[in-house]
Amino acid sequence: MPANVRAEIEAEFQRVADEHQKRLAPLTDDLELLGTGLDSLCFAVVVVRLEETLGVDPFNSSENSHFPSTFGEFVRFYENASL
Amino acid sequence: MRTHPSEAFTLWGAAHEHGGVSGRFVAGASARLPLNEMLNGSVLDGRGEELRGRSVLIATRDQFLASMALIELDGIARRIVLYPPDLPFELLPAVIEAASVDAVVADRSAMGPQVPRVQYFLPYAREIVPQQCDRSVQVATEWILLTSGTLGIPKLVVHNLASLAGAINRENPAAPNVVWSTFYDIRRYGGLQIFLRALLTGSSLVLSSASETAPAFMKRAGSLGVTHISGTPTHWRRALMSSSMHEMAPRYVRLSGEICDEAVLTQLRSTYPEAQIVHAFATTEAGVAFEVKDGRAGFPVGVLESMPGVEMRIENQTLRVRSSRTATRYLGDRAPVLKGPDGFVDTGDLIEQRDGRCYFVGRRDGLINVGGLKVHPEEVEAVINGHPEVFMSLVKTKKNPVTGAVVVADVVLRAESSSSVRDPRSIRNDILLCCRRSLSAHKIPAAINFVPELAVAESGKMLRGHV
Repeated sequence: MPANVRAEIEAEFQRVADEHQKRLAPLTDDLELLGTGLDSLCFAVVVVRLEETLGVDPFNSSENSHFPSTFGEFVRFYENASL
Repeated sequence: MRTHPSEAFTLWGAAHEHGGVSGRFVAGASARLPLNEMLNGSVLDGRGEELRGRSVLIATRDQFLASMALIELDGIARRIVLYPPDLPFELLPAVIEAASVDAVVADRSAMGPQVPRVQYFLPYAREIVPQQCDRSVQVATEWILLTSGTLGIPKLVVHNLASLAGAINRENPAAPNVVWSTFYDIRRYGGLQIFLRALLTGSSLVLSSASETAPAFMKRAGSLGVTHISGTPTHWRRALMSSSMHEMAPRYVRLSGEICDEAVLTQLRSTYPEAQIVHAFATTEAGVAFEVKDGRAGFPVGVLESMPGVEMRIENQTLRVRSSRTATRYLGDRAPVLKGPDGFVDTGDLIEQRDGRCYFVGRRDGLINVGGLKVHPEEVEAVINGHPEVFMSLVKTKKNPVTGAVVVADVVLRAESSSSVRDPRSIRNDILLCCRRSLSAHKIPAAINFVPELAVAESGKMLRGHV
């Protein structure tokens, strides 16, 4: 498990944005995920890639939970799952 | 008062029923058009008449322009082909050939050189010319919808207005204050249903735009008083990620196009406790088969025998549908057969029965549904296998919390490949680049895994892990 979950997530957002030719907004904790510039497909890809790099898929274990809505919540979701 | 022929069922004629068009509108992100202006005018610079009897491809970037062109050309054109926004333009010549297209309506001149021998029109949505086609002679226009085909070339599905509108109750018009909207693009079957529902039941319509974010769209939908709205479970999961959900207060929420799970229904119910939440089963080929109104995933077994006008049966685990709403056929040479000799369309959707309820559990043919858009694994494999260092590949589905599923690929590299000296990451990026060049975004693998070998059945075919 990489030490810095947040850095890993930020890097993945940037990579996926580049691949899909999206302009990524500056990632702050209170930024809504839908305001990041990524679309549904991008988020779907981010989740797959993070499972590879972080070794966890927090959504798999919590079927009925809400998808996080801000970037900060998204990071915490993964940090909690990585504990 | 204008006279119009009542024999032909056309959009233009039907929109006049139920109290006419006054007060009704179609709104895009950048324009809001009163329907009465549209029905007295032309978005094609007054040249719609030139398209009479032709096979017309509508390939606008913006779906708002496409919706206007549809209203103008239904009943006039012999055939209308709806080019979906995400389909690569490289496929345009093949589609033009298969549908014998001789006219194109587009909003970008860059398309010019790619479409030889067709007449060429530019619609001007915000400059409606007060001129119109002669409506005294109208034809039953063929409507062609495109769906993903096995080897990259899309399948062209033939409908007409009657089959498309078969599930819409036109005798019982909507209350005058109903405003429809959809997260779908109207060039897809699910979106087209909502476009037609609005036009044929006396209501207005708010369309999304590729140029606006989901929260901006929801805010706009709310400000225009949207009461009824549809989308795929993926559209809704995306919406649920945003506080802008509360900018809208729909009375009716509809889901279709993908397997609908309990989680998204529960979340929608808690967000819109007052709304009726309905999920529908429809495919481009089979048409609208049924709606489920009890708020739970799957559907009661009884539904199979209780839908007026729709016959359904489960054979070899897949759902078959026969009704006047199914498409007629596929277009083009060597096109596959759309329905069996008995008129039933095999949807290919696998059904499992548990405790008196049926649940969709996937596809017999391994077709992958990414957020409502279909992907044939073979089509992606063909592109990956085109890479010089790839020996073979297997494309499969992976469950995903956002889009329901994504595409992933297992790839076997050539033994003699230079991969021992090349960084696997750079080969992976190379393969992705190939995919990006020739595939729509939802078909590009989210992950590529290099594996030493793939399981091959005795038949010599790859084991795909489905029936």
